[in-house]
Amino acid sequence: MKKEWPLWEVFVRSKNGLEHRHFGSLHAADAEMALENARDVYTRRNEGVSIWVVESIHITASNPEHNGEMFEPAQDKVYRHPTFYDLPDEIKHM
Amino acid sequence: MNTNLYNYILGIADNSLILGQRLGELCGHGPTLETDIALTNISLDLFGQVRSYYQYAAKIAGDDRNEDTIAMMRPEREYVNVLLVEQPNTDFAYTIARQFLFDMYHFMFLKELQNSNDETLEAIAKKSIKEVSYHLRFSSDWVKRLGDGTEESNKRIQNAINDLWAYTDELFYQTEADEVMIVEGIGVDVSKLKEQYYKQVSEVLNEATLEVPDLKYFQKGGKQGIHTEHMGYILAELQYMQRAYPNMSW
Repeated sequence: MKKEWPLWEVFVRSKNGLEHRHFGSLHAADAEMALENARDVYTRRNEGVSIWVVESIHITASNPEHNGEMFEPAQDKVYRHPTFYDLPDEIKHM
Repeated sequence: MNTNLYNYILGIADNSLILGQRLGELCGHGPTLETDIALTNISLDLFGQVRSYYQYAAKIAGDDRNEDTIAMMRPEREYVNVLLVEQPNTDFAYTIARQFLFDMYHFMFLKELQNSNDETLEAIAKKSIKEVSYHLRFSSDWVKRLGDGTEESNKRIQNAINDLWAYTDELFYQTEADEVMIVEGIGVDVSKLKEQYYKQVSEVLNEATLEVPDLKYFQKGGKQGIHTEHMGYILAELQYMQRAYPNMSW
């Protein structure tokens, strides 16, 4: 449908100090409406302190067909993962 | 029981109850998923506010009345909401116009109610005004979008504003209970808000490239319990469950 509003991606920071996380997407005519819609659709249960919206066409995504060359070479290199350390319990969000 | 205070509280709460019910009708029927959720959010905000008012009213009544019986078991003539809020969701433009004309009043009213001598009303006003400022922002934005949108959207919102304009004057009509409450420093003298209301509404309409209706005769009656033909249908839906299954709860 040509008349449909463009799609926007919504990122919400759930509390200060944390990064914005992708929450989902929605339709809106412009950025201002996208923010209001995001407020109503994603943060009405007190989920956030800050919202970012970006029109979905501005996101360049990797092609799932290329997953082999993009991601698999990393799988057999355990030394790239920081799994040999013990994290103290006090450290959150790692 | 302080009958004037009781009636005064119903005069505030019934507006939000009936408007909330009207908006609730749109659940699952909004023009887009996003506006559907936005309108039903507003409905839930209003119901939340209504509960605080009716709980307080029940306390003042001091008999076997409770928030549910006050909300759902009264006959039509005992509801004292303004006629504006019972007007139907004819289309999205009517829904937005009704919301905007009410939100502007509601916001100005709550701003003043924050200075009430009555601590409970003051507290409810302080809590509600944050929600209502968002309602006003949402509905003003949409009035501007529709007015300054396409030829079709402009025509529709202008029609809706023209039709609903006749119900705006009643917002500033004061009942006997209102007058007593004003003297006691509990109630808001809404007649003092009238000029500012029309000024601010006109500013938004001008920005929306809409015309401010020029009307001499206005409708009233809701505040005395004399309602339009829509009210019976609203109450039938609102009251059905409580009347069919008295004292039911979820």
